Amino acid sequence: MKSLDELKKIREASLDKIDLRNKKDGMRIVVGMATCGISAGARDVLMALLEEIKSRNLRDVTVTQTGCIGICRLEPIFEVYSPGGEKVTYVNMTPEKAKKVISQHIVNNKVISEYTIGAVEE
Amino acid sequence: MNIYRSHVLICGGTGCVSSKSDKLQEKFENLLVNKDLDKEIKVVRTGCFGLCEAGPIIIVYPEGSFYSQVKIEDVEEIIDEHLVKGRIVKRLLFKDSIEDDIIKSVEEVEFYKKQKRIALKNCGVIDPEDVDEYIAYDGYMALGKVLTEMTPEEVIETIKDSGLRGRGGGGFSTGLKWGFTAKAQGDQKYVLCNADEGDPGAFMDRSILEGDPHSVIESMAIAGYAIGSNQGYVYIRAEYPIAVDRLQIAIDQAREKGLLGKNIFGTDFEFDMEIRLGAGAFVCGEETALIASIEGERGMPRNKPPYPANKGLWQKPTLINNVETYANIPQIILHGADWFKSMGTEKSSGTKVFALGGKINNTGLIEVPMGTTLREVIYEVGGGIPNGKKFKAVQTGGPSGGCITAKELDTPIDFDSLTAIGSMMGSGGMIIMDEDDCMVDIARYFLDFTVEESCGKCPPCRIGTKRMLEILEKITSGNGEPEDLNRLERLSENIKSSSLCGLGQSASNPVLSTLKHFRDEYEAHVNEKRCPSGLCKDLLSYYIIAEKCKGCTLCIKACPSDAITGERKEVHEIHQDKCIKCGACLDKCPFKAIITK
Repeated sequence: MKSLDELKKIREASLDKIDLRNKKDGMRIVVGMATCGISAGARDVLMALLEEIKSRNLRDVTVTQTGCIGICRLEPIFEVYSPGGEKVTYVNMTPEKAKKVISQHIVNNKVISEYTIGAVEE
Repeated sequence: MNIYRSHVLICGGTGCVSSKSDKLQEKFENLLVNKDLDKEIKVVRTGCFGLCEAGPIIIVYPEGSFYSQVKIEDVEEIIDEHLVKGRIVKRLLFKDSIEDDIIKSVEEVEFYKKQKRIALKNCGVIDPEDVDEYIAYDGYMALGKVLTEMTPEEVIETIKDSGLRGRGGGGFSTGLKWGFTAKAQGDQKYVLCNADEGDPGAFMDRSILEGDPHSVIESMAIAGYAIGSNQGYVYIRAEYPIAVDRLQIAIDQAREKGLLGKNIFGTDFEFDMEIRLGAGAFVCGEETALIASIEGERGMPRNKPPYPANKGLWQKPTLINNVETYANIPQIILHGADWFKSMGTEKSSGTKVFALGGKINNTGLIEVPMGTTLREVIYEVGGGIPNGKKFKAVQTGGPSGGCITAKELDTPIDFDSLTAIGSMMGSGGMIIMDEDDCMVDIARYFLDFTVEESCGKCPPCRIGTKRMLEILEKITSGNGEPEDLNRLERLSENIKSSSLCGLGQSASNPVLSTLKHFRDEYEAHVNEKRCPSGLCKDLLSYYIIAEKCKGCTLCIKACPSDAITGERKEVHEIHQDKCIKCGACLDKCPFKAIITK
């Protein structure tokens, strides 16, 4: 170890290793991962979310899973909870759409209305 | 690098390993590979989570789900349900983490709520065998700060200001100790870590070394810088194999990263350390005996002064601190003395780790701010006494301490208030006793331990404690005389004032304190030949209640000494002269017809 900066670099690089275990106060994304979701491709959506979060270095976002949300025909589904508790439900997700949700909703706080359950059901 | 969506933390502390957590880990890893999930889900073996009672423990992140007493056959269900489908397996959750069907994450569980974890900060959070995880949680930042921004004097001043006192039991100001050793003249100085944890029931040092070994390494290097030493030794008992292994791995990793060795952080400072294994003698926790043992001599204490600060290892100035004390240092350096002082009481700042054992629901390891009351520790963090029994006393300070009764439950725990009520902090072992425990027998147990562990160098301890044990055995076997209680007290005082080291000086504390608080129990044993808790076997007699006995002969068959006679369907009888008081009949009787008196 040659300097404090070197240690800080190692720390930055190691944060990814443990980030998942930290308590977070930001947005929470809950992906439906029951049989219906998985068969519709929820695993790929989940992994796309994680990749996008990592590449953008968003430390305050939690991604978890849940069981069947109840509208199996619209799977893959995920729900975005803001810290205040409001919920937005995105349906018929694909990895590409998921990445878009991250960039617009999570980063810029702009809901993509056309992907939400309200828009699709109309 | 893989992107993981879940981390499965499996406790790899000694407690959980003994309930097969290592097998769980293997099963998880194998199944995840089979199910092609090993690139998404990471299994991490950590140190102790503290709730040993509920082991083996598994925590799944990001949810923070707290699974307890997980069995090997549960692993597949956790994977299929929780990790694949996101459905938390409720039946395996720790009982307090689910309330009215609402699942709480690990930090919301009552057991952790009152706790403040500083020394145990990383235990159960990081993989102790991965230095990067330690660094991710600010590891070695304190060492870096000290070496690049602070003078040795400033370091010592900070530790002094923080009010940190020795966590091994002595309670001496750590900053003063560092100051003395820094001032001492010598061409070579040493930094020692006392990991010879010996109090029955105490295991915090083991857990820290198992769960966060780098914190001790970092701290010893800081101490080396502060006092002017380039060599450290950790004296640890060989009966802590997991701790020894992980510490060695950690030392190797620290060397590899250049955190031990020459020119650390590009400065002139060099420091290295080695492990010295002890054979598990209690007396080697005494600093001069520990030093003798490292030198290759028989582990026996010597007179003080001179103190190790002036003449320690190989007659050189030596700093010696306990594991838990060291574990606090990096945090104090990073957050400052005022932060540390903001916790705890005026004269005992910071937190203290306690090992809860005996008759308590949440057996395990906790860390609370100094000044927390015994009641909070036992009833809130510890979850109270099992089976609805009544609390009787808590023994603190191990074989050197004393017991504290229900009257004093609201005493805030710190060094001075525990001493004031006739016990002591010690290393933080807390053995909780309920109404079924016999206090005379407890005193006998601790004396038995001291006699076994007395090194034999000074006669008051070698002979005196043996005589005390004999008197206690006499009392518990029903042969006590009224004069024995005075004899015990007189012996206690003499041993206390004339023994060479702390072991002898404090050996009579358990006797004196039980005599003070529970003299009536001693008197019942001596005068009435009766053990009020019904624990002293020799004072018990087994009887059959004639009205309840159906003459089934089960007890006759169970009795190993043919002490019970009687015909089928007639009332049986126990012959006291043949009865060996094993209790086999009492366990067997389906009609509760056998009682003890």
